[in-house]
Amino acid sequence: MQYLLLMCFDETAEQRPGDDCRVPGPGFDALATWVSETEARGVRLLVGARLELGADARTVRDRGGVPLVTDGPFAETKEQVAGFQVIECADLDEAVAVAARHPSARTGTVEVRKVFNDEVGWSASQA
Amino acid sequence: MNTSEVHVAVDAAFRGEWGRVVAALIAQTGDWDLAEECAQEAFAQALRTWQRDGVPNRPGAWLTTVARNRALDRLRRDDRGVGKLEQLAALAATEERAPSGTQPAETGGVPDDRLRLMFTCCHPALPLEARTALTLRTLAGLTTAEIARAFLVSEPTMAKRLVRAKQKIQNAHIPYRVPPPELLPERTTGVLAVLYLLFNEGYSASAGADLIRGGLCEEAIRLATVLCELTANTSVTSEALGLLALVHLQHARRAARVDEAGDLVRLAEQDRNLWDHAEIIDALALLRRTADSGPLGPYQVQAAIATQHAIAPEAAATDWPEIVRLYGLLAQMLPSPVIELNRAVAIAMAEGPAAGLVLVEALETSGALGDYHLLAATRADLLARLGRNDAAAAAYHRALELVGTDVERRFLSRRLAEVAALAATESSRATSGAADRTALAADSDISGPQAEPGTPTS
Repeated sequence: MQYLLLMCFDETAEQRPGDDCRVPGPGFDALATWVSETEARGVRLLVGARLELGADARTVRDRGGVPLVTDGPFAETKEQVAGFQVIECADLDEAVAVAARHPSARTGTVEVRKVFNDEVGWSASQA
Repeated sequence: MNTSEVHVAVDAAFRGEWGRVVAALIAQTGDWDLAEECAQEAFAQALRTWQRDGVPNRPGAWLTTVARNRALDRLRRDDRGVGKLEQLAALAATEERAPSGTQPAETGGVPDDRLRLMFTCCHPALPLEARTALTLRTLAGLTTAEIARAFLVSEPTMAKRLVRAKQKIQNAHIPYRVPPPELLPERTTGVLAVLYLLFNEGYSASAGADLIRGGLCEEAIRLATVLCELTANTSVTSEALGLLALVHLQHARRAARVDEAGDLVRLAEQDRNLWDHAEIIDALALLRRTADSGPLGPYQVQAAIATQHAIAPEAAATDWPEIVRLYGLLAQMLPSPVIELNRAVAIAMAEGPAAGLVLVEALETSGALGDYHLLAATRADLLARLGRNDAAAAAYHRALELVGTDVERRFLSRRLAEVAALAATESSRATSGAADRTALAADSDISGPQAEPGTPTS
């Protein structure tokens, strides 16, 4: 089964949690530990990425042929998606267990969503 | 075999086998709706066939086989069913190969998947109200209409609730299994909470004449019994037994807790001859089995508190200091203001109303119980016992503003009238003297000592 983990943070906070995960240090180590633990339990990490600020996003809608482009994220909430990771694991319990160990769960929130029609699969639909 | 004998046999099979048949079919097909429909058809078939051929030796095995054949027929007619069909065929083959002696006799050779079904129905990803509904539908075989009535919602609302729950199980891929050891204690707590909630729904309703709501008690006891059998000799045995003992101890009082007018009778005033003493003895035996079967948990402690009431020959003989000790233990396991309130009531009984009042007022100051009517009602009762009838009347007024059910409103109104009369005639010097009068919250059968075992979040 494939699940999408959505890491969400309060963007108005001084320092975004996880800002230090790109350079060697405690944040980096925490993420590296999570990756190795997750893979060790047989869960595959598919695509994933850290995102730039939602405040810097552009949002596009097309209603009747003319695209309407606005500044900022889709929803004007304090909490914004800051990263995502698609995993392949046994079931919802395992996905939740993996999400609970992600460093982001300690400072932000991690939403766990099953990928629709994942028999077709993330990687296959990418091809 | 005549028609009524067949009906009795099918009814008995329904009670005993419905959950097992549905659980097995879900395990085999992964399709909850298909499982329910085919189980239903198998029971309908039993009514016809058993009349002609007699009741089979192993009704459960007969029903499971018929239901599985129905499922096979349906899947054959459905293109999407081919994959499931192969699994079913493979499963049927392995079962036929299995030597007959390898299955426990009581299951009649049918693998018992009910425990998986229980854990899935009570999965924390489902809303609490969906957990109870799904448990009643799939494990106990209540119809959607019956469950709707039991929870006082319309049938379409309940139908929608059940459909959504089943969709969520499918869409989020909630596993159909007994949780692994690291999750087992937490998940079992979740199952026990659902069963206790079912019991309390029935118990709090049994003052009315609604048999279906009252019947929830029996269903909860039946399911708790099954849970105890299926979790025997595991790390969670003792708490499952604790819950079963607790519900039996409360159920044993059912005949004494309502008077002819349908009003609730407080524990201290109940006619103890009306208690079901055989059920109490069974419950005590269950509780003894917990001692060497695992760690002490909140349900066992609550059952121990109920035991203290059950073994007291009269209310005045209740061992309140022991109950105070047990509530202290419970408060350590499950810190909760409701338990603190119950402990305060027990202290009032053991050491006098003034000692209890100090704790109740501290709870009030903390604000932790907010607008909980039993806090005001308890305070009122303690004040009345101290002869402070004016203050007691004010507290009863407050409780009446907050109370939710008619039965409790009638009870509080009666108490208010009593203290108001005392205050008016200013005979408040006459101490209420009723040392054996239990406060409303103390296991009064209106609230019951609810431990609110928390539902786990993951």
